[in-house]
Amino acid sequence: MAKKPETLLEVRDLKMHFPVEKGLFFKHQTGAVKAVDGVNITLQKGEVLGLVGESGCGKSTLGRTIIQLLRATDGTVVLGGENLGKLTGGRLRRERAKFQMIFQDPYATLNPRMTVRDTLAEAMTAHERIPRAKLDPAVRELMAKVGLPASAMNKYPHEFSGGQRQRIAIARALAVKPQLIVADEPVSALDVSIQAQILNLLAQLTREMGLTLIFISHDLSVVKHISDRIAVMYLGKIVEVGPTLQVVEKPLHPYTRALISAIPIPDPDREQLRQRIILSGDPPSPIDPPSGCAFHPRCPYCIEPCKGRPPILVQYVSHQLAACIRVGEI
Amino acid sequence: MPLLDVRHLTTAFHTRAGIVRAVNDVSFTLEKGETLGLVGESGSGKSVACYSLMGLVPQPPGRIESGTALFDGLDLLHNDPTRLRSIRGKRISMIFQEPMTSLNPYLRIGDQLIEPLLIHEKIDRKTAVARGIAALEEVGIQDAAKRMKSYPHEFSGGMRQRVVIAMALITQPEILIADEPTTALDVTIQAQILELIRSLQKSKGMAVIFVTHDLGIVSNFCDRVLVMYAGRVVETGAVRDIFYQPQHPYNRALQKSIPALQPKGKELYTIPGAPPSLTQLPPGCPFAPRCEFVVEKCRETPVPLLETRPGHSSACLRVQQGELQLS
Repeated sequence: MAKKPETLLEVRDLKMHFPVEKGLFFKHQTGAVKAVDGVNITLQKGEVLGLVGESGCGKSTLGRTIIQLLRATDGTVVLGGENLGKLTGGRLRRERAKFQMIFQDPYATLNPRMTVRDTLAEAMTAHERIPRAKLDPAVRELMAKVGLPASAMNKYPHEFSGGQRQRIAIARALAVKPQLIVADEPVSALDVSIQAQILNLLAQLTREMGLTLIFISHDLSVVKHISDRIAVMYLGKIVEVGPTLQVVEKPLHPYTRALISAIPIPDPDREQLRQRIILSGDPPSPIDPPSGCAFHPRCPYCIEPCKGRPPILVQYVSHQLAACIRVGEI
Repeated sequence: MPLLDVRHLTTAFHTRAGIVRAVNDVSFTLEKGETLGLVGESGSGKSVACYSLMGLVPQPPGRIESGTALFDGLDLLHNDPTRLRSIRGKRISMIFQEPMTSLNPYLRIGDQLIEPLLIHEKIDRKTAVARGIAALEEVGIQDAAKRMKSYPHEFSGGMRQRVVIAMALITQPEILIADEPTTALDVTIQAQILELIRSLQKSKGMAVIFVTHDLGIVSNFCDRVLVMYAGRVVETGAVRDIFYQPQHPYNRALQKSIPALQPKGKELYTIPGAPPSLTQLPPGCPFAPRCEFVVEKCRETPVPLLETRPGHSSACLRVQQGELQLS
C-alpha cells in the first residue's frame, strides 16, 4: 500500500539570531549570535530526520524554533498548512497538540511532585475532554505503549531509572497524539545498554503510529540507526542532507567526512585500517563567523574562492545535497 | 615485574541505604608503555577504582576495605601521606572528564601548569615557566607564551583539556590515568585529543589507564581491556580477544547493543532490565538477572575471575565450565 508522500513540515529560510548586548545601564546591541542562519527542511509524513552536528552548531536551537519554544527572527515554519510563526496565545496553545518535544534530561522535565499518572493525565486532558472514568484506562494504555508497567502508575519520577524516566517523557509527548515530535538528544544521558532500549522504542513508535520525528543528536552512529534522512549542521547552517545510507557511506561535504571518520568503531581490525581525518582547531564562534564557507578555516580542501561567498546547498547525487563548491573535485 | 600490580582492591562507601561496594575484589596489572582500558557503564566502579589508586576516595564515607597496589615496590593503598604525595602528580598523574572543573577559574593557566613542577622538582620559577611553555606547545596550543597568562574561561573545551593533559604530563609521569577524558568533547575534538595522548605516550613510553564507556575508543586505543560490571571485573584480556572472542555474556551483549555496528532499520539488541543497585546485589553473578544464558547455579555463589583462554579471563561460571560458547 504505497501511499503518496504527503508533506507535513516545511521550514523555509529559518533564522534565529540572539542579540549580543553590551553595557549595564545603557544596553545596546553590538552583534548577533546567528544560531540558526537560513535553514530549509521539508519533512514527509512518517519520516524520521536525523539532525547531527557538534555542540554550538545550532541543532537544538533549530529544534526549539520549529517547536515554537523560540520565536524565529525570520523565515517560516509550516506544519500541515498552518504557519506556526503567525500563531499566538490560545491559537498557538491549541495547535501545540500537533507538535511535541522530548528533551535530553528527563528528570529535569518531569515534575518531581507529580506521579506518573498525574503527569500523563494532565497532558491528556490539556487538549481533550476525557471523562474521569476513562482517564485511568487511557493512562494505562499509554504506559503500556512505551513499555512501562501499569503498577508504576502511582510512583514519582525519582523512583525510576534514567531509561524509564525517558519512557515517561516519551509517553507524555505521545499523550496529545502529536503529528510531529522533536527529540533533542533523547538518549545521550543514558548508558549504552539502556540507549538501545529507548532507540528501539522510538523506532517502533514512529513505525506503528506513523509519527514524524526529528531526532537531534551529536552522535552520528545513533542517528544513523533511526533516521530515514540525515541533515548535518555546522555553525547555524545545514551543510549536507540526504538519505541516511548515502550520507554515511558516501558523504559529500568535507565536514561530514571528517565527522564520520572521527567516530571510533568498536572493531579493532577495522579501526586499524581506517584513514582518519583529524581536523585542526575548534569550530569558530557564531558571533563572528568566517567569511564565505564557515568551515573553510578547518577544511583540508579549502581554496581561495571558499573564503568568498557562502556556498548554497546543491543537489549532487539523487536526493543528496551539500553546501560545498568543491564536491565535484574532491 | 609489572609497573603497577593491583590485587583484590575493594572500596566501599557507607551510605544510609547500606554499604555500597563500588569496587569489589578488583585485580589487574599494568606494564610499562601499555594502555589498559577500563570499560563499564555508569556505576560499574571504573572511576572509583582509579580514585582509590590515587588516594582520592574521601574517607569517610569511603573506605578501602582490602587490597594492595604495588608501584615500584611501594603500596599505594597503605602508606604514609608524605611518601604518596611524592608519587601522586609526579610519577602517576590523572586527568578527569570535565576539564573546567579540574582547572581553578581564578588562576592563570601558566600558574596552574607549573605548580606540579614547583612542588615536585626543586627548580626556580623561570625554568618552570620555560618548561610550561614547552609543554603547552607540545599539546598543540599556539602562541603558548602569551596563553600562559590567560584564564581558563578564555579557552574552549578542547583547549582546556589540552591544558589539563599538559599539566598531567609536565612531570613526565610513568603512569597516566585518564578518566573519560573525551566524554565531554565533540567527536572531531575527541579525535584530536586521542591522537595527542597516543603520540605523547609513544614518545615518552608511559603507561595509560584509560577509563571509558565507549567501546569504539577502546578498540582504537587500548592494548588490554578490563570489563567491569557492578563493581567487579567480569572479563579481561587483549583488545582483539575482547572483541572477537568474548568470554562473558555481558561483554557480548554490550557489543551487540551498540548502534554503530548494526545496520539501519534492524532492531537493536537490548539487555533487558537495568544494572543492579549496589546496595542490593544478588548473591551470585551480578549479571545473572539480565543474562540470557542464566541457569540456577549462576545465582548461588559469587563467581571468581578465572583464565578461560590464554591471557583471557572471565567471571562467567558457564564459560569456565565449558558449557557456553559466545563467539
